[in-house]
Amino acid sequence: MKRIVSTLALGAALGLGATAALAQAPSTLRNVQNKGFVQCGVTQGLAGFSMPDSAGNWTGLDVDLCRAVAAAIFNDPTKVRFSPLSAKDRFTALQSGEIDVLSRNTTWTLQRDTSLGLNFAGINYYDGQGFMVRKSLNVKSARELSGASVCVQTGTTTELNVADFFRANNLKYEPVVFASADETVKAYDSGRCDVFTTDASGLYAERVKLAKPDDHVVLPEIISKEPLGPVVRHGDDQWLDIVKWVHFAMITAEELNITKANLDQMMQSTNPEIRRVLGVEGNGGEALGLTKDWVVRIVRHVGNYAEVFDRNVGPSTRLGISRGLNALWTKGGLQYAPPIR
Amino acid sequence: MTDGTLPARATGAPKVAFFNDPKTRSLIFQGLALALLVFVIFTAVTNAVTNLRNQNIAGGFGFLEQTAGFGISQTPIAWAESMSYGRAFLIGLLNTLLVAVVGIFFATLLGFVVGVARLSPNWVISKIAYWYVEVIRNLPLLFQILFWYLAVLAAMPTPRNSHSLFGLFFANQRGITVPRPIFEAGAGAIGIALLVGIVAAFAVRSWAYKRQAATGQQFPVAASMAGLILGLPILAYFLSGMPISFDYAQQGRFNLTGGMTLIPEFVALTIALVAYTAAFIGEIVRAGIQAVSYGQTEAGRSLGLAEGRILNLIVVPQALRVIIPPLTSQYLNLAKNSSLAVGIGYPDMVSVGGTILNQTGQAIEIIAMWMGCYLTISIVTSIFMNWYNQRIALVER
Repeated sequence: MKRIVSTLALGAALGLGATAALAQAPSTLRNVQNKGFVQCGVTQGLAGFSMPDSAGNWTGLDVDLCRAVAAAIFNDPTKVRFSPLSAKDRFTALQSGEIDVLSRNTTWTLQRDTSLGLNFAGINYYDGQGFMVRKSLNVKSARELSGASVCVQTGTTTELNVADFFRANNLKYEPVVFASADETVKAYDSGRCDVFTTDASGLYAERVKLAKPDDHVVLPEIISKEPLGPVVRHGDDQWLDIVKWVHFAMITAEELNITKANLDQMMQSTNPEIRRVLGVEGNGGEALGLTKDWVVRIVRHVGNYAEVFDRNVGPSTRLGISRGLNALWTKGGLQYAPPIR
Repeated sequence: MTDGTLPARATGAPKVAFFNDPKTRSLIFQGLALALLVFVIFTAVTNAVTNLRNQNIAGGFGFLEQTAGFGISQTPIAWAESMSYGRAFLIGLLNTLLVAVVGIFFATLLGFVVGVARLSPNWVISKIAYWYVEVIRNLPLLFQILFWYLAVLAAMPTPRNSHSLFGLFFANQRGITVPRPIFEAGAGAIGIALLVGIVAAFAVRSWAYKRQAATGQQFPVAASMAGLILGLPILAYFLSGMPISFDYAQQGRFNLTGGMTLIPEFVALTIALVAYTAAFIGEIVRAGIQAVSYGQTEAGRSLGLAEGRILNLIVVPQALRVIIPPLTSQYLNLAKNSSLAVGIGYPDMVSVGGTILNQTGQAIEIIAMWMGCYLTISIVTSIFMNWYNQRIALVER
């Protein structure tokens, strides 16, 4: 409900000149440095991606990207404030300047990249949409779902994909649409729907929240490509570069096997590539508007991509997601960073 | 108005300095206020346009013709994912209107019952009405909607174990399912008969009133109206060869298939809006009835009228004059409160519009459309209620 208010507030803000500063295209970086923290939009709670713990600390893959940006700027990963956003309100919050970066398992699409006034800064999780049903229904494939009620979150690519899937396969369905992920899962759990659909990562993350997780099964079909990644406002190239290269830095660190643990040894390395990445040679960081040791800061405080992945969603966590498409390109996956030089 | 009410100054020469003249002053201040308002609006609009252009967001209402691509769970008119955003918004609007109209109808009925019950000489009935009003109107509406949706309707059985009545009517977690009528050729005659019946019924009513006014003879108006409105269509149904059949609900693999289903979101929202608004209407009705002097009732008794006729002919017509204006506000509240539907996933205008907003990013346009629609609904309701209020207002002779 309060999101309606914020949507209206955006209307007012766009209208009434609260964003007058935007007209002069200010530097988001300078703005962030002045206020002393990064305002980061995240989900309202998706295990493994962005979720507050009992002490109110946010953790997760998406959260760690924000922490890495803060680490690169301030040398302090705690200088982030989080805005939990529903899928429906996330873009409005970014457009209106309420947040500096949106790191909220958001699918990169042509329409969003072009007509929403946004820029996507990379893909920190390659995903695809799937379906979850009760085991007791004995459904083996999504093609058997004709006539089913489907719980889905509004304002998502998920909502469009599910419509496409049922239309393409000539199946009937009844969409039951909720504003937040929580309401959607609750409705599925209470039996309002036969099917819960979202990105596969989300299915695994939400399943652990159900009353009896073992009674539910994820169907084999993946019906879409969902490249998820951080998003920034259109019109500030420097800020886009920073967010983009913070992500690439974590991938590169994994590729070069630079970890939190061996960082100090790596600083002594004679490998010119490692020396360049860690800022011992060259000044890549300064060109971004950061310091020479920006990658060191990211790895020291947050870790490389593998560390972040394993800590939040990897096989040893409750989610138990394998690297799959998210393995490095050198290991058969899709994660690939342009060279830092 | 007579000449005596005109200010003397208006006809004579001004006796005060120009800037001390209250008329000039008021003009200047009103002019300033207007200029300020125009400036604020102008700044707001240019600012919005600049910001949108800077953020590369296309403006205008052209997006309404694009393909929507999402599903909607309750569609009063035909809907397919390949249709446009404009039609999706229209469906949202119709769903809002549906809840508002059904809600206003039942809230008025229940509200009058509660209002009269509170004044009942029967201690139990008046206490029940009292506690109903006190409990319902002191709980937040959103809470009540969630209560009906999550606590009452979600506790219904699964589709496979539906409560069923004669195998025709079903109630389960997915809603209430009833047989769906299928109109075959010739069914049009029934509709025409219904219209003829209604017109005839009102003609009979006005004839009977005139006759009673002229001769004092009474006519069984209610019975003959009911007979005409119900009887003519039933007659037409049989004469045209029973052209209506029913599609009965069947147990499908997941849900019931066939029939007509009231989705639980609609049921929960309507029940909550009706219960909530009726509590307020009940108090308005009570106030209206109490505003009619008890002497009026006593006068009716002294004429030898029955209690029911005293209520119908003397008390209620006078009470309505007090009841109608605040009742209008309650109708407006109910229509606007239906936007809380977004909390339980009922596809009303705010929910569907929100989806469109999110898929297209056209925040300003969608918000303008919401405002325009709610404004129109409210103004139309108000105009109608004001018209009705004038019609029943005390005519002084």
